[in-house]
Amino acid sequence: MAWTAVRALAVGAAVVASGILVASLRVNPYFYFAGYVILQYVVIATAWNILGGYAGYVNFGTPAFFALGAYTAVFLIQSVRPPLVVLIVAGGLVSALLGLGIGYFTLRLRGVFFSIATLALAIVLQTMIINWEYVGGSRGISVIRPSGPPFGSHVKFLFTVMVALAVVAVLAARFIERSWVGRGLAALRDNEEAAECMGVPTLRLKLFATTVSGFLLGVAGAPFPYYVTFVEPNSAFNLDYAVNALAMPMIGGTTSWVGPVIGAVLLGTAQQLATVTISSELNLFIVGVVLVAFVVLAPEGILGLVRRLRAR
Amino acid sequence: MGHQLEIHGLVKRFGGFTALNRVSLHVKAGERFGLIGPNGSGKTTLINCVAGSLTADQGRILFEDRDLTGLPPHRRTRLGIARTFQIPRPFTSMTVLENLGVPLEYTGRTRAGDGAGNGMDILEAIGLERKAHVLPAGLTQIEMRKLELARAMAARPKLLISDEAMAGLSSAEVDDILAILFRLNAQGITIIMIEHIMRAVMRFSERIVVLDAGEEIAAGTPDEIVRNPAVEKAYLGE
Amino acid sequence: MFSWDLLANAVVAGLLLGGFYAAVSLGVSLIFGLLDIANIAQPAFVLLGAYGAYVMNTSFAFDPILTGILFTPLFYLLGAAVYRVYYGSFERRGEESLRGLVFFFGLLFIIEVSLSLKFGVDYRLVQASYIGHSIDVGGVGIAFRLLVPCVVGVAMTAALYLFLARTFYGRAIMAVSQDRLALRLMGADPVQIKTIAFGIGIAAASLAGALLVTIAPVVPSTDRDYIGRMFAITVLGGMGSIGGTLVAAVILGVVESLMSTFFGPSWALAVSFGILLVALAVRPAGLFGR
Repeated sequence: MAWTAVRALAVGAAVVASGILVASLRVNPYFYFAGYVILQYVVIATAWNILGGYAGYVNFGTPAFFALGAYTAVFLIQSVRPPLVVLIVAGGLVSALLGLGIGYFTLRLRGVFFSIATLALAIVLQTMIINWEYVGGSRGISVIRPSGPPFGSHVKFLFTVMVALAVVAVLAARFIERSWVGRGLAALRDNEEAAECMGVPTLRLKLFATTVSGFLLGVAGAPFPYYVTFVEPNSAFNLDYAVNALAMPMIGGTTSWVGPVIGAVLLGTAQQLATVTISSELNLFIVGVVLVAFVVLAPEGILGLVRRLRAR
Repeated sequence: MGHQLEIHGLVKRFGGFTALNRVSLHVKAGERFGLIGPNGSGKTTLINCVAGSLTADQGRILFEDRDLTGLPPHRRTRLGIARTFQIPRPFTSMTVLENLGVPLEYTGRTRAGDGAGNGMDILEAIGLERKAHVLPAGLTQIEMRKLELARAMAARPKLLISDEAMAGLSSAEVDDILAILFRLNAQGITIIMIEHIMRAVMRFSERIVVLDAGEEIAAGTPDEIVRNPAVEKAYLGE
Repeated sequence: MFSWDLLANAVVAGLLLGGFYAAVSLGVSLIFGLLDIANIAQPAFVLLGAYGAYVMNTSFAFDPILTGILFTPLFYLLGAAVYRVYYGSFERRGEESLRGLVFFFGLLFIIEVSLSLKFGVDYRLVQASYIGHSIDVGGVGIAFRLLVPCVVGVAMTAALYLFLARTFYGRAIMAVSQDRLALRLMGADPVQIKTIAFGIGIAAASLAGALLVTIAPVVPSTDRDYIGRMFAITVLGGMGSIGGTLVAAVILGVVESLMSTFFGPSWALAVSFGILLVALAVRPAGLFGR
């Protein structure tokens, strides 16, 4: 393996280790709640960017993929109660299948049709879940956490799990970005027809990106039932996910794995600080405005601005 | 083996408009082949069908005796067909060298034992080596055209289709591109040249086919084409 | 549990709904079908029209459809402004795809959240003399709150069709979508023509919104129910075919109504989504497309 790859893995392992260390401290518990949400957004933003930033295909239906991961977990918890790691993998796989399915129907056409399909997807899926009594339907469902969590606290444990998932997501994005797959995705993003004529199997790469992105979004959603203990469609399919999944990579910068991380940390922290002072709707409103402002004025995000400043 | 490229009875319609009406032609391996005709005669449509970007309504295209029907463009590229675009389509977020890296990598994977290299040799052969680490936004018109050619060459083609690579260039620049194409042909690459600049086509081609309104109206050596009254009429009108 | 009565009622309701769905989809048909601009914010503009009608109805007892018509100039200007921003920021730079889509999504989002902030999440409805009444035709009940929007919707479709076919600007809009050279020969500026077309598309949303709130109460999230429908209808009908939009809208209305009646109302949205996917997979050019 290349030295840079080994170094990346080492850094990732160090981050996970420090996450575990932090969890064993006696910090204000609110820190772990907020930390979980921010790290969850790191996974979501990174996942979105693999398809949106690397390949140029915009997914507006992030809530569908996230919620599918969460509800797969709910279904499994209700039926066979497997360990958390199984929930995570299963949630990821089901959402990956969803990504593959949507991709199969729409990726042969222009990118805009994929986006429209994802936009309509969330509401359809939400309607179907609302009608599925086994996972709670519209009333929602209570989820009992398993006993004896590490660190003595469920939130601390879930926090470390999310640290690990964030590291996995970022490493995956980084590896893809630097591999031949990433270069092919960049080519098809820049000019799909030219890429195809230069030997890039664009359809296959697009399906790959959709599947991986879906997988990671499902993975982000799988621990959600244990985190909230009460799962209902409105929170799982929350609009927050739709706009943040877009805003965080676009504000941070879409061409590299660093952008979504920056965006998630900045925007996520800001929103956590803001929830105590303003209503959630106002919060969403501001995020929407910031998103449009960035798209119009600074489309390359913070990374792009930094690059341009450095070039001076 | 017959000819390297054989096109039989190709028909392509867009709604009510017939862009290609039973076009048949063949190109020999290693040939310098010119394809000319007035605007809208179907030249670009024809090569889009050969490259796979468009699917013909009727007819067959054979490359090295292999039927290309149903093959997506990237598979055809791997078989050895490369093309440039009339309006250059560089990968805007990559440097010139990285642009070449894409076809090098993606055709290199399936054509093992070719000693890939990183593309600098191609850039040197074409005169772009000093701009290797520049983004396409920093290239001049002729440099963009050269990048198109360099990128197509990086796909290690057996057949290269050059679509109006010289449009809008100065006389000296035209000669520059022409020299590159001659050199490529000398290496054994079949070249189909689509051009409006007559002196270039006449000097370059061994054989020319003339299209007008989706049909072949003349075929032959440059001398024969120049003396053909039907060709003159197609270009100048009645 | 099947009965001919139930079937007849479902079909008739579906036909009427279809007329309304056509009204709602006209904007997308024009902007996305003809101009090829992926304006996914259109449902939010329709919702804006609905709330506008609601406000005028509760404050001044204005008939909603009257409000819808009254506000069309306002919405036209709004649409023209939105297009100018879109053009300046994206189209001119040739970066429509990713950023343009995100821009419209941002608009959709901002509009929906603004409505939520201003009006809250309670259902809002309008009162009008004809809402609540129905007539009986051969054993089938026809509610006026469905009939009136259907009639208006069909009228809107016909009006737009005639506009595109018979007037200078209408033909210029058709030319923009097909042949830029022809457009220049007509002496028209493509940007100006697109501005007009976009404006008309948003103006249509004003009236469509009024029809929407007439048929059923609205909440800020109602726009999401219509995303799938609008685009399914536009794709199925054939991008840019106004007549096709009406046919596709009626088909969708009837299928939705039948599914709703016999399998439950929650399947309605799945229908439009399913139709969208199948249309994209099988015949993206639609029934009447170019």
